[in-house]
Formats: sequence, structure tokens, C-alpha cells
Amino acid sequence: MSRIENALQKQRAFVPFVTAGDPDARTSLAVLLKLAELGADVIELGVPFSDPMADGPVIQRSSDRAISGGMTLAGVLGLAAEFRRQCDVPLVLFSYFNPILNYGLDRFAADASASGIDGVLLTDVIDAEAAAAARIFGGSGIDLISLIAPTTSDERLELICRNARGFVYAVSRAGVTGARIDVSSAAEALVARARRFTRLPIAVGFGISTREQVEEVWRFADAAVVGSAIVSVIEGSLTSADTVVAVDGFVRSLLPQFAKTGAEN
Amino acid sequence: MNYEPDEKGYFGQYGGRFVPETLVAPLDELTTAYFTHRDDAAFRDEFSDLLTNYVGRPSPLYFAKRLTKTLGGARIYLKREDLNHTGAHKINNCIGQILLARRMGKTRIIAETGAGQHGVATATVCALFGLECVVYMGTEDMRRQAVNVFRMRLLGAEVRGVDSGSCTLKDAINEALRDWVTNVDSTYYLLGSALGPHPYPLMVRDFQSVIGREAREQILAAEGRLPDLLVACVGGGSNSIGLFYEFLNDDVRMIGVEAGGRGPTLGEHAARFMAGGRVGVLQGTKSYLLQDDAGQIAATHSVSAGLDYASIGPEHAHLHDIGRIEYLSASDDAALAAFKTLSETEGIIPALESSHAVAAAIDLAPKMSSDAVMIVNLSGRGDKDIDSVIAAESPDSGRTANI
Repeated sequence: MSRIENALQKQRAFVPFVTAGDPDARTSLAVLLKLAELGADVIELGVPFSDPMADGPVIQRSSDRAISGGMTLAGVLGLAAEFRRQCDVPLVLFSYFNPILNYGLDRFAADASASGIDGVLLTDVIDAEAAAAARIFGGSGIDLISLIAPTTSDERLELICRNARGFVYAVSRAGVTGARIDVSSAAEALVARARRFTRLPIAVGFGISTREQVEEVWRFADAAVVGSAIVSVIEGSLTSADTVVAVDGFVRSLLPQFAKTGAEN
Repeated sequence: MNYEPDEKGYFGQYGGRFVPETLVAPLDELTTAYFTHRDDAAFRDEFSDLLTNYVGRPSPLYFAKRLTKTLGGARIYLKREDLNHTGAHKINNCIGQILLARRMGKTRIIAETGAGQHGVATATVCALFGLECVVYMGTEDMRRQAVNVFRMRLLGAEVRGVDSGSCTLKDAINEALRDWVTNVDSTYYLLGSALGPHPYPLMVRDFQSVIGREAREQILAAEGRLPDLLVACVGGGSNSIGLFYEFLNDDVRMIGVEAGGRGPTLGEHAARFMAGGRVGVLQGTKSYLLQDDAGQIAATHSVSAGLDYASIGPEHAHLHDIGRIEYLSASDDAALAAFKTLSETEGIIPALESSHAVAAAIDLAPKMSSDAVMIVNLSGRGDKDIDSVIAAESPDSGRTANI
């Protein structure tokens, strides 16, 4: 069992996402350590990309900030290595294919492994190309994390789940990343379909931004991924507040274990 | 030789499908629909009828007598795609795809546009069939092509400005893909160039290949033989592959002309086969890509919005690598000079995109014998570009071309 799979064995796991280098490498490292301290079971670290076609405006802007600050894939690996020296929480890189293709898949696998990366999720790689990447990453002990979506057919679900490593990431709805009002009923149906084909933990992401939504996801899935909502808090902190303090406050509001007894809701 | 992609949509090592999982099902649905209908007689008849009676095809193959005489070399023919309804080759593909969208039961059409020609063509076919139409366009391009924005709105389309990234075609495609991934059930993405995930590069090429089929017949009738050279501009690559495809197995030299912009420095041009262009993945397809050392997509520049794009259709990447097609670039200044030359010698105002092909022809024709025959694809008309040309020749543009 991989470190990622092991970390998600517990029920009600919390998987935060942040863009590496947003707004700068030093703050990003402090945010990652804070997320670990607050009980993140796995952390997703976004590799900034100039053309994030699967992301909404919040993550797109965070990518732009990170790139403007000089963050590159090599820089992300450096950030991960620094985090790993101080903390054990598994890290999953979340990337579009081009930066990794440009870096070279073999070289990336070796360097990512040396930096303490446990898994990689490629937003825009599927099928044969995903299988090829999975073989290369697997050779360095890195799980290629697979995405499934409400539009994924049963036939594809079976194939994807059979080759999946670490956990399966279920996209809650058709659409880009970004906070939504409700958790789509499509997510629950998708998780139920996927359970028929895998015993790996299943995480649900895209659009989760409140404690109610986290608890709703935990009712039918193993882990809740919260991305854009945290990135929004980082963005909102840039002009006025301390970023780490702002993230700390938001994550405490998100997770029931921090709820004060007798507090409303 | 076989120039068809494999079943995964690869032309050699280029193409394929690099998309979020959510888009796999709609792309499969589209592929199935395309292969079901493309050889269906009723579909072909309807396509052909609209090309004839709505678009006005065949477009003429015009012998440019004065240009030929002025240059003193090869006999130059112009394939007049600028005379199509809506003023460019883009309508050919839009007719094909709108017929497909209707057969698929889609009620909402989205598109991206650079110069606005594809947006206008999409808005036009949506008006023709009474379908909802949303066009994404970079705000920089909306500024450069204000007339086309007005035309699209007049045709009933909603034009949504995109102000992320470089605010040009690439960013409009990102936004269209985001729309599609969110509205997959109701929406048909009418992609305008031979780009994007499979089956778009194949499908767009097929719908545009009417250009080359006509040109082949027309040149045989006019000259009694095949041409020596074909020239076309290449942004994503739909007008060029549309002309070239029918001649791939013939002994005909072909040249694609990229946008050389202001010079060879990365960020100053949109020539993917020049310095800075390396194999990469953008917007669903693997091809040559202008990118920086970290794999971020580079900024591009061209005086023509329609060529201002960081990647190139995957079939072009393959034909480049196997040496079947040569690629050159023409600078902004050369294109502007060609814009003027064609206007003055033939009374034809070419689109700035097409002016890049004309610029290459002006350079090459005098070096060829007077027996040689070349066809230049005049992919669109230049009325839309008047404001850009006025701006380019203004004293503070720093430009030296005598327009």
C-alpha cells in the first residue's frame, strides 16, 4: 500500500489544494506546513501553468501570481523537498502535462521522487498516454492519480479504476474548478459507480468550500478536496492580512473537529 | 502515401487527445457522429447544397495577371476564398460542423475566434439554423477587430470578451473549453481551426479540403497541368491544409507561411517552426509549441489576429517533420507591404492573414521561371483589417513600411 493510500485509509479525510508559489515560495511553504499542522491527510500542490483550461478564474489567477513570482516546475520540486524535510504528510502534484513533458518524464520522475513527491495527477492526460506516464512514475515509486468524472462511462470507469494507484479523484460535476453552492448529486452517484470497480479510497473535489459540503462529501466518499476556496482565502489575504493566519482561520471553519462546542451550526 | 491519422487521432507523433476526463465522453460522441455522417449521402448532399447556394462555391481560381507581370516570374493564381459568404474560408468548416451539431441534437453552439472570421462564420450558421451562439474572443482581438464584433452581435451571437493571459486566440480557446466542460450535455463546441483534440484536426481538414479539390480541377482546366507550388498562411492551419490536402500525393511543392511578427525573438512572432518552438501539449493536442524554458506557453505577436497563436495544427507538425511541406515566415512589415501591393495591382484587398501568403509569393515568384505555376490561397478579405493597417502606418507605430 502506497503512502497516499495508507494516509487515506481513515474515514473523513481532508485533502487541501494550493498552488505552489502563490504568492511566493516562502509563503507557500509556510501555508503547506500550516495545512499539515491542521490535519491535512494528503496535500495537493498545484504546478502553476499559463493556460489552465480545466480551472476556474480563482486558480487561474493563483497560477498567474506564482508564475509572475518566478515559480517553475523545478521550483515546485524544491518547495516540495523543503516541505518534506520538515513534514511527513504525503504530497500529490497537480499539473497540466506541458511543464512535465518539457522537463522530461524520466528526469521528472527521478527528481520528484528525490523531492519526496508521493503522487502526480495530470489534468489533461488520459488513456494510453496516462498508462505510459504511470509506468515511468511507478518506476520511481510515484502514484499516478486518476480522475473520474460524471461523464465517464462504466466501461472507462472500470479501466481507469483497474489501473489506479493511491486514490481515485472523483470530479464532483462537469465543469472547471471553483466554489459552488451545493455538492452535486452527480458526485454521489459517481462514487457509488466507482466503488464497484475499486477498493482504493475515493476523494471528491471541485466546488467544495464549506463545512457543510465537506461533511456531505464524507457521507459517501473517503476524502474531501478543498482547493479554490483556500486559494481564494490566500488571494484575499494578499493586501491586508497575514496569509498563514488567514488560511488557518478558514481551515478551522471548514473542519468539524475545530468547531467549538455549542457554537451555532 | 496515407496521410490519415490513426484511430487515436495521431498524425505521426502529433495530435491525439490531451483533455480533462470530463471531455472524453463528448469527444467520443462527436467522433462517432462524425464518422457516422461524413459518408452519409444525405449529409453530403446537404453540405454540398449549402456550399453552393449559401456560401457561393466554387470560389474562383483567379489568374493574377498584373501581379504576375509586375513580379516577372511564376504565373500566380489566387484561390478566392475571400469571395465566400462572410468573407473567408472559415464558413466551409462551419457549415459542416453545424450540420453535424444538428444531427447530434445540440441546441447551443460555442466557438472561439481570433480575427473574428470564424466567430462571424459561426454566428452566421447559427442564425441560419436558429441556434443559440456564444463566441469567446480575446479583448485584445476585440479591439483589433471591432467590425467583426459588431457583425457577430448583429447576427444574434453573444460575444464574450476574454481578458486572461494574452487576451488573444489562445485565451479564447481556453475559455471555450471551460464553457464546454461545464455544459457538455447541451453544447456543441464549433472549433474553427485544424487544432484541438481528436477528432477536430481531422474533421476541420476534411470540411476545408473542398478548397483543394476545387483548385485542382480549376488549375487543370486553366493550365492543363498541376501547379508547381502552393502557398498558404498558417495560423492553426485550416486554410492551408484545406488547400494542400488534395495535392499531398502529387508532385507539387507546398509552402506554409507563419507569422514572423516583429522578429525572431520569442514573444515577438507566432512562427512555431522558428526558435522557441518545441514539441509540447496545448489545448488538447500535441504539436510544435512556442514555450519558455519552464514549459509555460510563450506570448506571441502578429499584426494579424488570425495567425497570433502559440501552437499549430498537428497534421502540419507531422508534414513538417517528414519534409512534405516547407514552412517560411513573413514579417508584419512584409505582410503589410503585400496587403498594399495586391490591393494596388489587382484591386483585391486581402486579409492580413492571407497577406502573409501573398508576401511569400511576392518573394518567391520572381525566382521562378515564367512557365511555373503557383496557387496562393487568398483565405479571406481585408476589409476587417483596415483599422489595423491604419494603426500600423501611424507615425507612432515605429513602423518603416511605406503603406
